[in-house]
This record gives sequence, structure tokens and C-alpha cells, in this order.
Amino acid sequence: MSENMRLFGSGHGACPGCGLPIAVKSVLEATGPCFVANSTGCLEIISSQYGKSAWGVPYIHSVFENAAAVAAGIEAALKALGRKDEGPVVVFAGDGATADIGIGCLSGMFDRGHDVLYVCLDNEAYQNTGNQQSGLTPPGSSTTTTPAGKVLPGKVKAKKDMPAIALAHKARYVATASVAFPRDITRKVKRALEFEGPKYIQIHSVCVTGWGIDGKQAIPVARLAVETALYPLIEFEDGQLVRVRKIKDRKPVEEYLKPQRRFRHLFKHPKGKEVIAELQRVADENAKKFGLDA
Amino acid sequence: MGEKLRITLGAVSRPLESLKIKTGDWGAEYPVVIEENCKACGDCVVYCPDLCIELVETGEVDEKGRKKKVAKVNYDYCKGCGTCSVVCRHDAIKMEIKEIYKG
Repeated sequence: MSENMRLFGSGHGACPGCGLPIAVKSVLEATGPCFVANSTGCLEIISSQYGKSAWGVPYIHSVFENAAAVAAGIEAALKALGRKDEGPVVVFAGDGATADIGIGCLSGMFDRGHDVLYVCLDNEAYQNTGNQQSGLTPPGSSTTTTPAGKVLPGKVKAKKDMPAIALAHKARYVATASVAFPRDITRKVKRALEFEGPKYIQIHSVCVTGWGIDGKQAIPVARLAVETALYPLIEFEDGQLVRVRKIKDRKPVEEYLKPQRRFRHLFKHPKGKEVIAELQRVADENAKKFGLDA
Repeated sequence: MGEKLRITLGAVSRPLESLKIKTGDWGAEYPVVIEENCKACGDCVVYCPDLCIELVETGEVDEKGRKKKVAKVNYDYCKGCGTCSVVCRHDAIKMEIKEIYKG
């Protein structure tokens, strides 16, 4: 879109079928001109190489853990200079930068109540360096640091509940979204910007290389994560659950797991059945907790 | 509003310099829009990860007097991921293998 082109451009280095640019352009569609702070990660590498910047908005990358702190500084500066009208401050950070490395800075930003929109691009592992497990990697996923082997069937521990952590900080608006529904991302960002204070949106974003799928499967697989209730799309305003994306005929989790290389071993591994049953339990629990079944 | 700070010395990144990187030669496939099926719903525009599809006017006018539009791919940047062909609900985009990868 021509309007998009001015904020984020073609020619970036994302893999064919990558979910990140879809998430970024859907967010920028809602924010318009804004100030972007980016943590280290795939998005930084594909969009900000020297002389090849894909950004049409002010953009800063500092280090891995401090995107939330940098954004907080920008917001405080804009306030002090009386320049808040020039656009919102937005953080784009990966799941590792959000749930592991940068969680301290994020907690501080929430705590001080900065007027910042924090967008976590959740591709469920450190994909930039080649699929190492993060706090947001789901159980059963085979990564280079949790490889499926004779003993362990991939990652053992649960996916960290970041939306709940954001809610515990009394973030004013907390939502999850998926690249399978870009118009929904745009709507949620528009809604988030109506709140003054810290806001958190976590976007499920496909990684074709890390998940082991073809570019063509990216959107269908992302859609299956939502349709199986493994990735519930939920919205909280001032701590209250206000909207969810209902699911008609919820699908079994196997349908989401089967097309992906990172879960392939689950269908052969002696402990695979247990992990699939655990993931199905998580999905059932999500459906019950948030009332997802239509 | 105060005067904007503009840095001109050292390593300065300018906006949208990525546009000079023509990623159109990455893929083995490319999308072809079947114009008679295209309803200009804009789904491919919204999903395209490389921001290289836009709706353009065909010059024709439909029965209600509205200007007809169709999806148009900018092959300078299309990496051939096939996302547009998957999300299209009207069978209006099909993927074809590039000539050099055939046979």
C-alpha cells in the first residue's frame, strides 16, 4: 500500500513468507507516523542494516534487552519537549527480547507507567540465530537448545504467560493477535492507542525456517494456532477481559503440529503422545478460561 | 514546534533505503493475477510480507459506475512466497515457476 510504503518499505531482508513484516505493517497502518524502538532480533537484522533501512519512521536499535527503556526515554523526552503530538512511541521486540532478556526493562517501563505501546513479535524462539528456545517456545518444540532426542521430546516447560505478566503490572491494554488476521492487528493497535499509559500486544508471527514450513503454509499454520485455541486471541482493557476471537468447530492440536518440522518428532517419539496430550490440555484450558468456543 | 535536529555527519541512515534492494530475484516462483477473477478485496495487499501488491484502476467502469480495480504485483520486490495466492478467496492469484528454474 502506498501509505504503508512511506512507513515501512519493500526490499527488506525477511525470508519469503515471514510473518514479521505483516505484523509490522499492520501495526504501522494503525499508528501512522510514530517513533520505533527495536530490540536485537530478526526484525532489526532484516530492516535496519546500514544503507538498507526499510523504515520510513524514526527508528532506534540499541541493544538486546533495553528497547522498553529506550522507548521510555523517548516518551519522557517527547513529553518534556512538548512534542507528544508527533506520534506514539512503539516498541517492536521479539519473544526472547520480551520474555527473557528484556523482561526487566519491560517491567520497569510498565511500572513507571510510560505512554508506550509494546509490541512483542512472538515467533516462539530465538529465530535470528537459528531457533534456540526462549521463554515463549511452546512445549514439545524441537530447537537447537532443546533438541528432540532419545530422552527428551523437545522443550519440556510451558510457554511463559506474558499477557498475564503484563496484566499483573496493571498495563492498561493487553491483547494477543496473530499475523493470520492482519486487520485484527490494526484494529487492536488503534484501540490500544486510545489508552494513555503502558500497553502490551503480543503478535503470533510465523517463522518459516525455525518452524520448518514452506512460505505458502505460513498463514494457514498461523490460522491453525488460533483455530486449535493454542494461541487464543484475547483483549483486556484495564485488567478486564473485554473481547475474544470465538472459534467455530475447534480443531484438535495435531492439525497445527503436523505440518511443522519442529513438532514432527512428537508423532514418533515414545513420549510424543504425552506432549500432544499436554498441548491439547493447554488448548482446552484456554478455550474454557476465555470462553473461546462459539 | 522547535527546529528539528538533522544529523548530516558520520553514518547516517536515510528513510526507505531498502527500496534500492531489489529482492524480486529471490524466489523460484512468481504470482500471476487472473484479472477477471479479482474482486479487488485487498486481502493480498494486507498480507503481502514484501509490501509489493497494490490495487490499481483498470480504466474500466462497472455497472454501478465504480472504477474497476485489480491487484498488481511489483515484481521488483516479490520474493515469491506464495502468501497472496493462499489468502486469495477468489482464485485470482496463481503461482508459476520462473522460466530459468524450469526443466
